[in-house]
Amino acid sequence: MQDRVVPREGLRSHSVAVRNLGVTYEERPLFTDLSFDLPAASITCLLGPSGVGKSTLLKAIAGLLTPAAGMVTCGDGASAEGRIAWMAQDALLLPWTDALGNVTLGARLRGERVDEARAIGLLRRLGLGDALHVSPAKLSGGMRQRVALARTLYEDRPIVLMDEPFASLDALTRHRLQAEAVSVLSNRTVLLVTHDPWEALRMGGHLLLLVGTPPRLLAVDAPAGAAPRDPDLPGLAAAYRELLALMTDAG
Amino acid sequence: MTRVLRLAVSLALLLLAWEGLVLMTGVPHFILPAPHRIAAAFAARFDLLAAHAVITATEILLGLVLGVSAGGLLALTLTASRRVRGWLLPLVIASQAIPVFAIAPLLVLWLGYGLASKVAMAALIIFFPVTVALFEGLRRTDTGWIDLARTMTAGGNAAGWRVMLYLRLPAALPAFGAGLRVAAAVTPIGAVIGEWVGSSGGLGYLMLHANARMQVDLMFAALLVLAVMALALYLAVDRLLNRVLPWAADTTIPATSR
Repeated sequence: MQDRVVPREGLRSHSVAVRNLGVTYEERPLFTDLSFDLPAASITCLLGPSGVGKSTLLKAIAGLLTPAAGMVTCGDGASAEGRIAWMAQDALLLPWTDALGNVTLGARLRGERVDEARAIGLLRRLGLGDALHVSPAKLSGGMRQRVALARTLYEDRPIVLMDEPFASLDALTRHRLQAEAVSVLSNRTVLLVTHDPWEALRMGGHLLLLVGTPPRLLAVDAPAGAAPRDPDLPGLAAAYRELLALMTDAG
Repeated sequence: MTRVLRLAVSLALLLLAWEGLVLMTGVPHFILPAPHRIAAAFAARFDLLAAHAVITATEILLGLVLGVSAGGLLALTLTASRRVRGWLLPLVIASQAIPVFAIAPLLVLWLGYGLASKVAMAALIIFFPVTVALFEGLRRTDTGWIDLARTMTAGGNAAGWRVMLYLRLPAALPAFGAGLRVAAAVTPIGAVIGEWVGSSGGLGYLMLHANARMQVDLMFAALLVLAVMALALYLAVDRLLNRVLPWAADTTIPATSR
């Protein structure tokens, strides 16, 4: 018998420990021996160039692919299985149902009662109060990602893994959504994968750099000040240059 | 509107060319009747044509319902169980090596000259395309959606049938719709083949007999009725699918913009 996840568990946050993780893809090792921590109730940004295997690493943590070695555990020593919500670059919205139906998909897949009031509340909080019954095809790219974010929050898991969630958006929408995401994800343990140094500097409470071949992890100090940070914050430009230099040197 | 107009104009030109050809070559009417003779035969034998058309229409509709249900059920079964798939799928594919025409006489022998053998024939001819369309649709669920469903159900009481019902089945409906369109276009062929092999009524029966008696104008009139029926069926199915699956048109856009 497996225990059902207590629905409101998300209110309690968990740190995550990744130990000696190794992932092979088509019999070639992508990573070996990666170890890092995700501090509880904060956003860790994993920054790396395109194609370094960030999405694969995220999927290994999410349990979507079986790692060749290593393990992922929570701060309480238990497995992270069932405590993770995952959000991809593609909003992955179902075209046959409206925004509300997409947000509550998880409840239907688990056979739980659909908490429509909570879903509506989440959509309202993300500025989609007027789009509850609009189909995804009629939503803009930014609105689609907002629906996906609401769906991720509806899952109410303590750990949220995000795979370049804003990469396909225009600059202005991305800027707004980064701030909204920081606000709605507070008190969850978040790992956000991105190739954009600005995004990492804007949103990250902790920064990890994935660079080189084979990829290694570098911990970098996050800039001072609470996220979401604005680009004109003193020191941010210097931090940006430093990150670029680190990415270029190691690559 | 312009589409209908264009179709009418090209049809009128075609009929004119046909009349001209018959007039110029003086080909006898029992070889190639002129359009006005066919129209006359259609008007004179309308009751006869209508009676036989009802029989054929019944066969087509019943065959469509039976073939689509059987194909849909088989596709669901093949998807649901890996073991069943291992045993059944090779058999289903191998069965397509048998020309459906070749078993038509057997169907008449087993099911008689009445409706049943034609319904079976029509159902058989669409069974495979419908099965393949839905099966492939169910197999090719977007991997992103599957990943999403896996994280959503992880650590809980995973129930494959819910993922099937709420995710994979609706995702496969556009592919199933494509299979249905093919079925709607092909079912009339099945029914008419059945009628040619052995029957006591229907447009195929009427055409066969009119042909034997050199009533080629009546044969063309029956052919016309059959073509109109087949076209109407296709358009009805197409309209219905567009209404029931309005989002299916959007699924052709690349995955990243969904």
